[in-house]
Amino acid sequence: MGSNLSLAYLMLSAILFVIGGVGVLIRRNPLVMIMCVELMLNAVNLSFVTFGKMLDDISGQIIVFFVMVVAAAEVVVGLALIVAMARRRPGATADDLRTLRG
Amino acid sequence: MVGLVWLLPALPLAGFLLLVFFGKRIGEPRAGWIGTGAVALSFVTACLVFVGLWGEPEHTYELSLFQWIPAGHFNVDIGILLDPLSMAMVLFITGIASLIHLYSIGYMHGDSRFPRFFTYLNLFVFSMLVLVLGNNLVLTFLGWEGVGACSYFLIAFWFEKEENASAGKKAFITNRVGDWGFMIAIFMTFFAFGTVTYTQFLPMAPGLAQTTATFIALMLFVGAIGKSAQIPLFIWLPDAMAGPTPVSALIHAATMVTAGVYLLVRVNPIIAASASWIPWMIAIVGCATAFLAATIALAQQDIKKVLAYSTVSQLGYMFLAIGVGGYSAAIFHMITHAFFKALLFLGAGSVIHGMHDEQDMRRMGALRKIMPVTAVTFIIGWLAIAGVPPFSGFWSKDDILAYALHKSPILYVFGLITALLTAFYMSRLVFRVFYGDARWGESAEGELANLNAHTATDAVESGDHADAHDDGDAHAGNGAVHPHESKWPMLVPLIVLAFFAAVAGVLNLPFTEHLEFLNRWLEPVVGENQAHLSLGGVQLTVELLISTTIALLGIFAAYMVYLKKKVDPRRIELPFFANGWYIDQGITAFMGGIGRKGFELIAMFDKVVIDGAVNGVGRATRGGASRLRAIENGYVRWYALMIGVGAVLIVAFVMTQVSF
Amino acid sequence: METAVFIVSALIVLAGGLGVVTSRNPVHAALSLIATLFGIAVLFLNLGAQLLAVVQVIVYTGAIVVLILFVMMLLGVDREEDLDTEPLVGQRLLAGLIGLLFLGAILAIIITGKDAIVTGSHSVTSAISLTASNISQIGTALFTTYVFPLEVTAGLLTIAVVGAVVLSRRPRDLEPIPEPESMTDMGDEPLTSIPEEGAH
Repeated sequence: MGSNLSLAYLMLSAILFVIGGVGVLIRRNPLVMIMCVELMLNAVNLSFVTFGKMLDDISGQIIVFFVMVVAAAEVVVGLALIVAMARRRPGATADDLRTLRG
Repeated sequence: MVGLVWLLPALPLAGFLLLVFFGKRIGEPRAGWIGTGAVALSFVTACLVFVGLWGEPEHTYELSLFQWIPAGHFNVDIGILLDPLSMAMVLFITGIASLIHLYSIGYMHGDSRFPRFFTYLNLFVFSMLVLVLGNNLVLTFLGWEGVGACSYFLIAFWFEKEENASAGKKAFITNRVGDWGFMIAIFMTFFAFGTVTYTQFLPMAPGLAQTTATFIALMLFVGAIGKSAQIPLFIWLPDAMAGPTPVSALIHAATMVTAGVYLLVRVNPIIAASASWIPWMIAIVGCATAFLAATIALAQQDIKKVLAYSTVSQLGYMFLAIGVGGYSAAIFHMITHAFFKALLFLGAGSVIHGMHDEQDMRRMGALRKIMPVTAVTFIIGWLAIAGVPPFSGFWSKDDILAYALHKSPILYVFGLITALLTAFYMSRLVFRVFYGDARWGESAEGELANLNAHTATDAVESGDHADAHDDGDAHAGNGAVHPHESKWPMLVPLIVLAFFAAVAGVLNLPFTEHLEFLNRWLEPVVGENQAHLSLGGVQLTVELLISTTIALLGIFAAYMVYLKKKVDPRRIELPFFANGWYIDQGITAFMGGIGRKGFELIAMFDKVVIDGAVNGVGRATRGGASRLRAIENGYVRWYALMIGVGAVLIVAFVMTQVSF
Repeated sequence: METAVFIVSALIVLAGGLGVVTSRNPVHAALSLIATLFGIAVLFLNLGAQLLAVVQVIVYTGAIVVLILFVMMLLGVDREEDLDTEPLVGQRLLAGLIGLLFLGAILAIIITGKDAIVTGSHSVTSAISLTASNISQIGTALFTTYVFPLEVTAGLLTIAVVGAVVLSRRPRDLEPIPEPESMTDMGDEPLTSIPEEGAH
C-alpha cells in the first residue's frame, strides 16, 4: 500500500497510545486503568504490524503474537490482585496506595 | 676557638631545658646557681670566641648549623653570623646577664616560684642571643618574638596581682603592633632580594630601587619602635616596671629594648639606599622621644618609673644617632647605657629591697649612710647617665651629639636640652633617695600629707608588687622602718657594673682616630654608611665643654630645687608630665571610642555577611528541599505522570539531535 | 478501498478509546474497549495479518474483556467513579499537557520523516510471502526461529495461572479492613498544597 497510508496507521497508533496513557494517569478505578493499559498495548500492536508491512517482514506479526500472550497473562494476574484487594477493602482505588507510604 | 660560637646560645638553652623540667625539684638556691652558671659559661665562651674572631678576615665568621626551611626559593638556615656588631652585643649581653642572674639569687630569695624565674631568664638570654647571632631576618625575628614572650612572662611574674598581668599583656600587645611591621619587612625583603640571609642581601642593597628600600626600612623602623619603646609605642615600658627589678634591669635596660637599635644598625645598607626622609624621620622620632620621656621622668614619684622613662629617653638618643648616621655612636651608647642603666636598676632594686618594698621616693631619703655600697655604685651610675666626664655616659652621649650637630643644629639643641633634663631628673632621684631628710618613719607622715593635698595625680605606685618578703609593705605612720644594706649576691654585680660604667668610655674616645676602638671595630659592618666626622681639636674641645656644662647645670638645678628648696618642686613636676602627656589615656579613649566602633563594625560584617552567607546556604538548601519534597507525595498516578514528563523530555531532546 | 476501510475503522477505534477514558461507568468503559478492539482487528485484516485479527477477537475481546467484566460484576466495582474531583493538584492539566506534547512529538517525527523513519532493511529470510497463507507463515516462523520464546511464554502463562489462583484464594477468617480514619482528621493534608517544612 502507499506509504502515506502506512504513515496514517502510525499516526493512529500514536493517537491511541496517547489516549490510553492519559487514561492511565487520570482514572482512579483500577479496572479502568487496566483497560487503558490494554489500549496502549493495542496501539503498539498496530504499529508493529504496520512496520512489518513497511519492512516486508513477518517478524512484526510474530512480536504482536507474543505481546498478546503477555498481555493476557498480565491481565490475569492484575485481576487476581484486584480481587484480592477488593475483598479486603471494597472500593479501593489507585490513590489508596498512598496509605502504604512511610 | 671561634667555632665554639654555637655554644653561646646553646648553654642558656640547656639551662632553660634543665630548669623547666627539673626546676621545681632542684629548688632554691641551686636553680639560681644553675641559671647563673649557664649564662656565665656563655660569657666565658664569648670571650674565647672574641679572641678567636681577631684572626678572621674582616672579623666576620659565619657558621651554618642546619637547614631550617627549604621551601623552593625560600631557604632559611639556622646559622650564626658572628661579625663585629654581633660580637660586641654578645659580649655585653652575656656579661650583664650573668651579673643580673647573680643579683637575682639575692633579690628573689624566698619567692615561691624562684626556679621558674631563672627558667624564664635563661630562656630570655637564649632568645636574645638568637636574635643577635642569627644570620637571617627570620632567625632574628624568632629571637625577637622569643624575647617578647619572655618579657611577657617575666613582667607578669607576680601575676596574682591584676595590674602585673595587665602590664605583661600590654607589653606583649604593644610589641605585636611593631612586629607586624617587621613581618611585612621580611616579606618585602624576600620579594625584593629572593633571600633573607644578611650576608646575601645586604651587599645587594645599594642596587635596590629607592621605593623598595624605603618601604623595607620604614617597616623595620615600625618593628623597632615597638620593641625599643619609641613614640608612639613606648607606653608599655613604664607599665613593665610591675615586674621584678632584675627583669627591668635585664630586659628593659640592657637587652631587649636594644633589639630595635640592633636591627636598624644591622640593615644600615638598606637605610642608606632608602629615601633621605627615612633617616630624618628616625632622627626626629628618636629626638622627640628622648625629649618627651625626659619631661615625663622629672615628674615621676616611683623610683622605677623614673628609670623606665629614662630608658625610653636614652633609647631615643640611640635612634637619633642612627638617624643622623652615627651607627657606631648608637652602639657605643647602647653599650654604656647597658652598663649604667643596669647598674641604676639593680641599685634601685637594692634600695627597694632594703626599704622593704618601698618604691615611692617621697618616703625615702638619707639612705647614703645606711646603704653605702648601693649609694656609691648608684652615684657612679648617676654621674655616667648625667653625662659627667670622665664617666662613660659622657663620651657616648657626646658622640651622638656630635653627629647630630653635623646633620642639623636643631637636633643638636634638642639633644642638649634633653641632656640637661636628664641630668636634672637623675640628680633629683639621687638627692631624694640618698640625701636630704629621712622621710621614712615618723617624719614621712607630715611630708606625705603635704604633698597629697597638692599633687592630685600620681596614683600610689608603691605596693605595686607582691614580694614574698615577710615584712610586708611599709606604711607611713607605721612608725620605724629599718632600711638595711643588701647581701653580697646583690652587691657584687653592682660593684662590677659600676666599674664598667665608669671606664667604658675608653671604648671610643674621640681624641684621635687611634683611640676610637669601637668605630674601627664596627667598620666592616657600618663603615660605608657612617657619616664621617672630622673633628678638629678646637671644635672638639668646645663640644666637650658644652656637654660638660650642660650636665653640671642640670645637677646644680636639681640641687637648688631639692636640697636647697629654693624653688617649689611642684612648679616643675607638672601633672601634664606626670601623666605622660596623657598619651596613654588618649590611646585608651581613642580605642574605646572610635576604635571600638570600628571593631564592632567589623564584627557586624562578620556576623551578617559571612555568617549570613554560610547560614543562608543552609537555609536555601532546607527551603529548596522542602519544596522538592512535594514531588514525593505517595500517589502512584503522580509518579506515573512524572514518568510521562521524563519521557517527553527525552523525546524532545532526541528530536533536537536527530536531523530529518 | 483500503483507505475507506481504514478511515472507518480508525474512527471506531478512536471513539472507543475516548469512551474508555471518559466513561463514568466502568461497564461502559469495557464496552467501549470492545469497540476499539474490534476496530483494531479490522485494521489488522487491512494490513494482511489475518491470524492476528482472529486472535485479537478471540483472545482480547473474547477472553480479556469478558474477564474484566466478570470481575466487575463479581466485586461490584461498577459504581460510578467520581470523575469531577481530582485529589491531585495539577494532575489532569499536566497529564493532558504531557499527552499533547508527546503526541505532537511523535506526529512531528512521522510527518517529517515519512519513509525515512523506517530505517531497517527489508528482510530477506522472513519476508512476507504473498503465496503462502499468513497462518502457515507465522506458524513456520514461530516453530523455527522463535521456538524458544514460544516455550517461555508457555511457561509464563502457566505461572500466571498459578499465581492468579494463589492470589485470589479466600483466606480462612477474613474481615474487611475497616475504612481508615480520614487523613484530614489525622492531621495530614490531602496534598492540595505544598507542605511546610517539618510538617511530618
